Amino acid sequence: MTAIIKHRLFWPASALVVLITVNMLANASFARITVRDGHLYGALIDILRQSAPLMLVALGMTLVIATRGIDLSVGAIMAVSGAVALTIIDGSEDPGGFGTIMIAILVALLVSLVLGAWNGFLVSVLGIQPIIATLVLMLAGRGTALLITSGEITTVVSAPFKQIASGYLVILPVAFFIWVAAVVVVGVVERRTALGMLTEAVGINPEASRLAGVRSRGIIWTAYIASGVLAGVAGIIYSSNTMAADANSAGYLIELYAILAVVLGGTSLMGGKFSIAGTVIGVLIVQTLESTILFLGVAPAKSPVFFALVVIFVVLVQSPRVHRWGRSVFGSSRTSSAPDEDAEKKEVAA
Amino acid sequence: MPADTDVPLIVEMRGITIRFPGVLALDNVDFSLRPGEIHSLMGENGAGKSTLIKALTGVYAIDSGSIMVSGEHQSFVTTADAQAAGISTVYQEINLCPNLSVGENVMLGHEKRGRFGIDWKSTFEEAEHHMASLGLDVDSRSILESHSIAIQQLIAISRAMVLDAKVLILDEPTSSLDRGEVEQLFGVIRSLRDRGVAILFVSHFLEQVYEISDRITVLRNGQLVGEHLVEELPRDALVAEMIGRELDDLTAISASAGREVDRTGTPVLRAAGLGKRGMLESADVSVYDGEVVGLAGLLGSGRTELVRLLYGADRPDTGEIDVAGVRQRVQSPRHAMARGMAFSSENRRAEGVVSDLTVAENMILGIQAQRGWLRRVRKSEQDAVVGEYMEALGVRPADPTMPAGNLSGGNQQKVLLARWLATAPELLILDEPTRGIDVGAKADIQRKVAELSAQGLSVIFISSELEEVLRIAQRVVVMRDRRSIGELESSKVNLDHLIDYIAHKEGSVLQ
Ligand SMILES: Nc1ncnc2c1ncn2[C@@H]1O[C@H](COP(=O)(O)OP(=O)(O)OP(=O)(O)O)[C@@H](O)[C@H]1O
Ligand SMILES: [Mg+2]
Repeated sequence: MTAIIKHRLFWPASALVVLITVNMLANASFARITVRDGHLYGALIDILRQSAPLMLVALGMTLVIATRGIDLSVGAIMAVSGAVALTIIDGSEDPGGFGTIMIAILVALLVSLVLGAWNGFLVSVLGIQPIIATLVLMLAGRGTALLITSGEITTVVSAPFKQIASGYLVILPVAFFIWVAAVVVVGVVERRTALGMLTEAVGINPEASRLAGVRSRGIIWTAYIASGVLAGVAGIIYSSNTMAADANSAGYLIELYAILAVVLGGTSLMGGKFSIAGTVIGVLIVQTLESTILFLGVAPAKSPVFFALVVIFVVLVQSPRVHRWGRSVFGSSRTSSAPDEDAEKKEVAA
Repeated sequence: MPADTDVPLIVEMRGITIRFPGVLALDNVDFSLRPGEIHSLMGENGAGKSTLIKALTGVYAIDSGSIMVSGEHQSFVTTADAQAAGISTVYQEINLCPNLSVGENVMLGHEKRGRFGIDWKSTFEEAEHHMASLGLDVDSRSILESHSIAIQQLIAISRAMVLDAKVLILDEPTSSLDRGEVEQLFGVIRSLRDRGVAILFVSHFLEQVYEISDRITVLRNGQLVGEHLVEELPRDALVAEMIGRELDDLTAISASAGREVDRTGTPVLRAAGLGKRGMLESADVSVYDGEVVGLAGLLGSGRTELVRLLYGADRPDTGEIDVAGVRQRVQSPRHAMARGMAFSSENRRAEGVVSDLTVAENMILGIQAQRGWLRRVRKSEQDAVVGEYMEALGVRPADPTMPAGNLSGGNQQKVLLARWLATAPELLILDEPTRGIDVGAKADIQRKVAELSAQGLSVIFISSELEEVLRIAQRVVVMRDRRSIGELESSKVNLDHLIDYIAHKEGSVLQ
């Protein structure tokens, strides 16, 4: 029992379960899943589908945060990626053709990769503080997206492209499979090779890693490139959902939600130890919360406050300091005796 | 002025128990301090000394037991509470803010206030005054990070003296100081003692412990072994209490210094005129196959700077480096590693241990970095490496899955040594490898170095403990004022001679 409670994902996972339960109690239809044309539908399925962009962005953010960095440009990269893809489709003779769509996606991802590499260059080669380095693109990126679409909201009609966000593969949404695939790929690359461990080493102690011969520059660079590419994929899904390249609202504020999801999932902003499973749970929490707001019919004017209150609650529930305080107030026996910071680091990052 | 047994205790800890996941760090330990005594806490690495100190100062909560300070029950929740109760502490791992100024670090939380907030001028003056009492002459507006570890250590001690404490705790304060500085520190400690301050002192240097202590408490494996007046505890009895057996003698190692080294071939490494502005003027050093070369010199003489340039941790402005006879531009630690070098830094916390990674991951970090991220060290290989060095170096607790930051200081050092030995280097550069290591383990490490060098490993060995340098190095390069000033055959000099040479006594210059 205590082993379960001590597990680093216990609190995030419980928060998710509680959130879903509250929704179900408020309205039983929340958990209802119906089958139509062999496809599953329902609020829970929607959550799985809609979490795709945030999931992809948060995955990249996890890697960047593990290196002690942060990537504020992900929303802007989404906008650029979407603008590139839709502009190519829009300008093509055959907007519904498979070839056109493949080219659109490839070019969009290539551009995203270049943008990620730019961030990585500023941070790892020029040594600019990550928050400033990525702020450059955060501000300039949307402008670039506007230039690509010549300042207009390009709308396109391309049934196959629309399938990316709205289509189904067998019984579940395509978008769901995309993020699951991304999680698996990132998970395998990080944990089956030594990349994850070396990334953590660089994040925890850059100088010790350098002296141990770790190529920290390459590792940091890789993280920003991964973040850029994943944001690019997110941008494609987003634009497929709206079928309009809207440079201003694509990925708006997503960087902040992604940071939130990463932290909710137990990865410390101080860098070092990271948890991909934690990030997945963190994203699902954020996405469920968004749905909850819709589902419970919270008035739009009140929804940011509602959102903030729930987030504060979830964060407090996870805080080791609050746990200790709870124990001393409710007087059960104390088991762990590590110092403040250590305890926090351990429970957050172990 | 030996302590009086009848005076009331200022600190009285009874039945202290602290358990960490998988480790019983303290098991029902009693410990007391009297005003006006210098009390040494002794024990092997991981015996629980630092943990006992942290229990007293509120860093760790105790699982059971009681703590009385000045006759009152206390349970400090934060270190600030302990300070308020008159307990001032210098922790083993320097605990300052690297990018603040020296003065800010010394006075943090005790800044002088003027009419408009903090009066920086008098704050800095006060800081300099405290540092001067330790014979420390540094600009209190300089950034802490820009000073060597030894200076930082002295700054940490000055910080502890800002508080007008009744109890002063010093956890291995002398580990990076040279003789002169230790004497200076001891002078200050004695005068504090004479003013009635109780001093808790931890060190692995037996000479220092016997020189300064009135009383000694010995811990072993988290348990109290005994408390003695220093006159009543001969040295070998102390060691036996600490390690639970007699210490094997060191003669086997001394043979290392006398071993003949063939210096006719090409040196493994040769550096000439190596220098970098602001770090090192000019230094020459060469190392042959199977040779241990010691670097000796005072603090700031450029020993660490020299080896950092050799390893590519910093880039030299002048001079040349030949590796196995081939001119090289060593541009980075990676380059150096690819050319068969390994370098264990003196700054274990900032430049060595990756604290949140496990002991096993720390040990294989060097090999993994060499291979690159794609070729992960296999589990079976990792287990083999970790098993071998856990055993050979006696890392305790022998739990490879523990975060390395949770190991005691001495055991962290062993993990780092394992990291470098595992890369199978041809030239191993060890900067203060036995700092903070207990007597038993120190002998183990020296023996290991002697053994490996006899098998052909070349070693550059830096230590402030000159006995140690003379015991295992065949040749000693002496450094002074950021230059190498000469070399000695260890078999032909004795300790006093070396000390004179380092300190530049007339008539001592040879060769
Ligand atoms: N935060 C922690 N979490 C888990 N175990 C710990 C922690 N701190 C210390 N330990 C363990 O407690 C034991 C005692 O460690 P401590 O640091 O007190 O040793 P020490 O006597 O100071 O040794 P050294 O001479 O090497 O400094 C060791 O086994 C260590 O690994
Ligand atoms: Mg210690």
